[in-house]
Amino acid sequence: MIDEKYISTQGLSRVFPSPEKLGEPVTVFSDIWFNVKQGEFVCLIGHSGCGKTTLLNILAGLDQASDGYIIVDGKEQNKPSLDRAVVFQSHALMPWMTVMQNISYAVKSKFKSWSKAKIEAHAQKYIDLVGLKNANNKKPSQLSGGMKQRVGIARALSVQPKILLLDEPFSALDALTRGNLQEELLNICRQTKQTVFMITHDIDEAILLANRVILMTNGPNAKIREIVQNTLPDDRCRNTVHRHPNYYPMRNHLMDFLVARSETFAEEISRSDYDPKNPPIVAPSANLETEMESENTTHISLV
Amino acid sequence: MSSILSNEKIKAFLLSILIFVVFVLLWQAIVSSLGGEAPEMDPEYAALMGATAKGASAIPSPGDVGSEIWGHIADPFYDAGPNDKGVGIQLAYSVGRVSIGFGFAIVVAIPLGFLIGMSPLIYRALDPFIQIMKPISPLAWMPLALYTIKDSGISSIFVIFICSVWPMLLNTAFGVSTVRKEWINVSKTLEVKPFRQALTVILPAAAPTIMTGMRIAIGIAWLVIVAAEMLVGGTGIGYFVWNEWNNLSITNVIAAIFFIGMIGMLLDQVLAQISRLVAYED
Repeated sequence: MIDEKYISTQGLSRVFPSPEKLGEPVTVFSDIWFNVKQGEFVCLIGHSGCGKTTLLNILAGLDQASDGYIIVDGKEQNKPSLDRAVVFQSHALMPWMTVMQNISYAVKSKFKSWSKAKIEAHAQKYIDLVGLKNANNKKPSQLSGGMKQRVGIARALSVQPKILLLDEPFSALDALTRGNLQEELLNICRQTKQTVFMITHDIDEAILLANRVILMTNGPNAKIREIVQNTLPDDRCRNTVHRHPNYYPMRNHLMDFLVARSETFAEEISRSDYDPKNPPIVAPSANLETEMESENTTHISLV
Repeated sequence: MSSILSNEKIKAFLLSILIFVVFVLLWQAIVSSLGGEAPEMDPEYAALMGATAKGASAIPSPGDVGSEIWGHIADPFYDAGPNDKGVGIQLAYSVGRVSIGFGFAIVVAIPLGFLIGMSPLIYRALDPFIQIMKPISPLAWMPLALYTIKDSGISSIFVIFICSVWPMLLNTAFGVSTVRKEWINVSKTLEVKPFRQALTVILPAAAPTIMTGMRIAIGIAWLVIVAAEMLVGGTGIGYFVWNEWNNLSITNVIAAIFFIGMIGMLLDQVLAQISRLVAYED
């Protein structure tokens, strides 16, 4: 049975002390409620400064929420754990370790009783999985940006986490490398039915990878504006996804949000009955007859 | 590319030799020009001064110093009583004291530096003491050390300890406190226990900074040991220099200066090699 609330955030907020003395404290975001199903790939989109990374750090246990709870697999979480692996934006590989040592270090942290040979065999499996060849004995400084991020992904997957958390992992890469890595990540996650929560500001990345896209308004005091259901077929791939009739409705909806609607949140909710616990669910599609996802799903047609 | 580089190296080497030759020739010229009639001198003082009073300059020529140095290198370890030991034995005493004092400083400074680097509270609490202790000339501790320890050898080791501990302590603390947050975060998400984290993440990350502190410390220690041994006497290259000054053997003083420079350079090179081992490219 698939757990509908495998990850569940309940009223998360984060308040930072004011940067100036005696100033007002800054609320980065507040009243954040969303669920992630087991095996689901969820992307979070928002502008810089809306607290995306802060939210991910709180999910990872590296930062503490000022208010609210995180429930993962039925248990409340407030500190880092091997259940939740993180792929950092800046890859965060240990520069004095080789590729093999970096991954073995993670494997050894998870499987403490394993022999060296077993640890290395397990690490090798994940090095192969991300397509790194002949790089075992290289230091991170000898690798290209894309290869470093592959190592970062292999390290995160090697501890076999319940959840994979990705913080804009591909934002520093060139378009070609980014595309290849997106596709490979998608394939790995489909095969392993990995639950993934990923932060991005790349709309195409979100459309290709995510089952659902959470849209966050601009900070401070950012909120979840709505949750967009991906209306493209599950077996979508990078080379053909843009030919599907639902591609442009999806893309335009996300683009409109980032360009304009992320700023006008306060205005918009005053005209509707916005409930932070149940943000509106939207399924942009070319065809109005598409099956309704749930009661409060809004269908938007651009045709 | 490599040929250009080696070309540069050869040029630099030739230039070094040229500078050396010019220096030796100038030295020789000055010594020769001073070699005239000695000025009028109190006869009693002249008798005391011996040969130098009879016109020869007290400043030795480069040839004299060269043959003296060669003599020391040919027979470095002879021992003809407390005031006549080979320069090799004296240098060994000095290097031995520096090693022991430096070793103790490592044992104290690195764990304490870790503690200070990891805890802003301890850093703030210890900062005033460190700031006051750091600028004290290590030799100022000597009387106190002699009075409390009552052993001149151990006192000079203590002085070496106290002068090498500060650069190591401060650099370790700085290196530890500036370890990239993301590496710490990685180890946190991997549930690495604090002790393993210190050994496998913080220590390798801070190692280059710690090694810089050690290189500064060994440099200071080697400067200080000469002065300390001049004060306490007995053995060591510092004592050797002072003893030869009392013998008015400027030739030997210059030879000793040469050896002090050589050993100091060697000590620095050893630590530079270790630094290269722990360095990493980010």
